[in-house]
Amino acid sequence: MTPIIEAVGLRKRFGKTLALDGLDLVAEPGQVLAVLGPNGAGKTTFVRTVATLLRPDAGELRVAGHDVRREPNAVRRAIGLAGQSAAVEPAMTGRENLELVARLFGQDARSARANSARVLDQLGLADAAGRLARTYSGGMRRKLDLGASLVGAPRLLLLDEPTTGLDPRSRIELWDAIRALVERGTDVLLTTQYLDEADHLAGRIVIIDHGRVVAAGTPTELKQRAGRNVIEVHARDRADLARVAAALAALDHGEARVEEATRRVSVAVEAGADRLRDALRSLDAADLAVDDIALRPPTLDEVFLALTGQPLEQTPDDTAGQPAA
Amino acid sequence: MATTAPSIQPSATLAASTLGIAKRGLLKFLRTPQLVVLGTIQGALFLLIFRYVFGGAIGAGGLSYVDFLVPGFITTGILFSGMGAAAGVAEDLEQGFVDRLRSLPIPRSAVLAGRALADTAVVVWGLAITTVIGFAVGFRLHGSLTDALAAFGLLVVLGFAFEWLFITLGLFAGNAQAAQGMALLVFPLTFVSSAYVPVESMPGWLQAVATHQPITVMVDAVRALTQGPAAEALLGHGAGFYVVRSLLWAAGILAVFVPLAVARYRRG
Repeated sequence: MTPIIEAVGLRKRFGKTLALDGLDLVAEPGQVLAVLGPNGAGKTTFVRTVATLLRPDAGELRVAGHDVRREPNAVRRAIGLAGQSAAVEPAMTGRENLELVARLFGQDARSARANSARVLDQLGLADAAGRLARTYSGGMRRKLDLGASLVGAPRLLLLDEPTTGLDPRSRIELWDAIRALVERGTDVLLTTQYLDEADHLAGRIVIIDHGRVVAAGTPTELKQRAGRNVIEVHARDRADLARVAAALAALDHGEARVEEATRRVSVAVEAGADRLRDALRSLDAADLAVDDIALRPPTLDEVFLALTGQPLEQTPDDTAGQPAA
Repeated sequence: MATTAPSIQPSATLAASTLGIAKRGLLKFLRTPQLVVLGTIQGALFLLIFRYVFGGAIGAGGLSYVDFLVPGFITTGILFSGMGAAAGVAEDLEQGFVDRLRSLPIPRSAVLAGRALADTAVVVWGLAITTVIGFAVGFRLHGSLTDALAAFGLLVVLGFAFEWLFITLGLFAGNAQAAQGMALLVFPLTFVSSAYVPVESMPGWLQAVATHQPITVMVDAVRALTQGPAAEALLGHGAGFYVVRSLLWAAGILAVFVPLAVARYRRG
């Protein structure tokens, strides 16, 4: 099978910042690939390059078998793009928005109408189809934007941080919509800063930082390497921190992280609720007072630390000084 | 094994995609009452102020002031109603609408051409409104009807040319506010011209600027076409003299700003 996306040594520079620094990535058809990474990691640059909005400086990039530089129009026919903002026309109805994009895909009036109706129905927007998009909620607009990327029946859907800025309910609704699409056989490339989003949607996750892939695998593989859950304890007394850390570290033979300033201690654990009970028991046995204790999924920061041995750096232009080898 | 797309769709043609994008621009205008109503009221208000408040103090040679003013007012109106395009283009860039269009299999020139077409239609609407108000406050034709229609046609051409100036500003500005700010250069351009007062009433150094800038030539073309011999006597040349120069200016504006806008758009 031809990979749906095949990037080899992809490089893109903006002024002094190397946004993509020799990125290698292969996406097989029939799956959702999530590109996970902090702000400034190069996620958006990568999606924009796949969407033919940016030309790579060096390296190879083929989308659906077509070279992005030599055959951009063939690539454009194969993709649908939904960016970070809802790029819909507020002064047009939901239906008009989709029909416009369908017509621009070269569909005749009849199939544009039929496809728009089908997509609106799929996304649960049929009732709002005749309303101007400016009356839509943020979540509905994002769905309509997703619809605009679908109405051309693309082989590959590109979603750049599709749920950023959405409230939790709209976020879950959009996840459902994306999952339904995948079941219908559309390939998806999505970028996100949220591990849980990648976990919910993707069959394969690629973690990138500074424009390079730092880890890749299925969600399960990555989480096994990073710990399935995190127990976080807020110690009442600063003097107890070391003992709290020791008690937590003993749970799963993991290494506890101590944050002095916030009196927080956290540790990665495999089994969730059982270990939480164990934690409470051993803290109690050692007579350690806590203000708060919680079980939560690992943050991107923690996954990153576990996988790369390095904490997430917040400055995206650290690579600026490196030689472009 | 190579996979092929289930159905290869034809790309939209240049004409079809241009019209689709133009339709969106028009609907945006028509369905934003603030734009339609406020723009119209603002135009009417300024015309009334010039006609009835300043008008009495301004001498216009052989013409009555209303006959002098209205051609100037209508001509500069194409800049005032056109300057919205700069902010519109910048907004489309900011909000990702342009990215969506650039990711579609359509000719790249369709996006800008569609925009220019829609915005020119908006300019024509403004043109029609100010013309009607002009007649209501006492403006009259003193030339032939054919000449008047020619004036209208000339204004549409000029409106189209100026659209490309504003589109270029919008593409370079980066955000809507900056674009709006840049579009304010319309004010010195329109006021330092023969649009509202005779150039002769200005100090010498300013007269030199006002006489030779394109707005003056265009205003005088419309004046000569609508006011006949009286205007030609006042201006010193026949209508043809000004019309040809106006068209040359329009061609020059297009020759500079179309390639500039297209190059900027392609770069992304």
